[in-house]
Amino acid sequence: MRPTLYNDRRALFALAAALMITRINGALAHGMAGERFFPATILTDDPFVADEISLPQASLNPPALDNSQLTNIEIDLSKRITPNTGIIIGDEWQHLRAPGVPSVGGLGPLRTGAQYQLFIDGPHQALGLLGLNVIWGHTGRTAVGAPDFTTLSPTFDFGKGFGDIPRSLPYLRPFAITGNLGFNFPTQATTAGVPNPNNFAYGFAFEYSFPYIECCVKDIGLRPPFSQLIPLVEVSFTTPISRAPANQTTGTIQPGIIWAGPYFQIGAEAIIPANRLTGHGYGGVVQLHFYLDDIFPRSIGRPVSEWW
Amino acid sequence: MRGVLMVFVAGAAAMSAAPPARAHAFLDHASPPVGSSVPAAPPVVTLWFTQDLEPAFSTVTVTNAAGQRVDLANVQIPQDSPAELRIGLKPLAPGTYLVSWHVVSVDTHPTEGTFTFEIKP
Repeated sequence: MRPTLYNDRRALFALAAALMITRINGALAHGMAGERFFPATILTDDPFVADEISLPQASLNPPALDNSQLTNIEIDLSKRITPNTGIIIGDEWQHLRAPGVPSVGGLGPLRTGAQYQLFIDGPHQALGLLGLNVIWGHTGRTAVGAPDFTTLSPTFDFGKGFGDIPRSLPYLRPFAITGNLGFNFPTQATTAGVPNPNNFAYGFAFEYSFPYIECCVKDIGLRPPFSQLIPLVEVSFTTPISRAPANQTTGTIQPGIIWAGPYFQIGAEAIIPANRLTGHGYGGVVQLHFYLDDIFPRSIGRPVSEWW
Repeated sequence: MRGVLMVFVAGAAAMSAAPPARAHAFLDHASPPVGSSVPAAPPVVTLWFTQDLEPAFSTVTVTNAAGQRVDLANVQIPQDSPAELRIGLKPLAPGTYLVSWHVVSVDTHPTEGTFTFEIKP
């Protein structure tokens, strides 16, 4: 018989205990809700705690109103502390080119977050997560736009797969949506006389999962890598709710595609300004994203509370 | 742009240096195929997964339109094919049947799924 954990009674007991803890807490990492797999999206915060790292994400943003253009290379780490709680930490190197002035480069602000997995509803393929994100002031180079003040952002992130709609509508079942609803509260009202508004920030990712078609709807003959593709459109908007006119909404629309493999995923999206205030032209973003829980399933890929 | 590419390559190289691992077990394909219509009743349902399975925690059931079990409850993972899950079926009449699986890969990641197949009249 092939040796597996199953052959060792003590290992089997440990596995059963681990699975029982996992089942009780319902948090499986890796964006799972029942039979639905939610990939990590580029623009929209993920509605699940996870052990994952974007290494790196590179973006060329569309030119702004003044024709300046920002390039980012960023790293983001998500780490579970317990099966239901996690932290995120990220930073980026930015390069700003503006007409008529020398280009500048430097670190952007440090970003951190604390997360709590509010619920995972497997049968309805639904996820909910509460988070508190912080952009720390004085942690990046102001010449590339890093703030001299800290911003606190409470958020509610959610995900919903439509696999629970009637099977008589088979090709609607691969659809899924994830989203963020949150507020940004700067801890400083103005910078050099310019107001720092409180903002309402919201965004959504609309996904159509080829893996879901193949696993749960109909085997249409797709094979890797095509069976691992998830086309999606992401949108994100920020609207001032104080200290600035409400019609100053900015945002982007980002159509793209994600390929999800066993240990990592690759995503690419176009960046289209949602309005003139946001900018003009086009940009693009690519991301290489690793699943630490699959690469290191018995060590750093587990929640910190299960390390000992 | 070359700098971005180098960071991508470095990231991939760093992660590929990690020790061998086994990931979540997702359904690769099945017999009868997912969502298929077959002309005759199959004697067995077979599922092939993307990773090896833990036999003690991996199972599959087959039910008819009334929700009644029509499988023989004899779930089997062949010794020489640890990513394969089989279950025998009772003689089936034409109709639509629901396959529900719940498996655990050998690195303890649980996954689950459902699909239907139809036996033509």
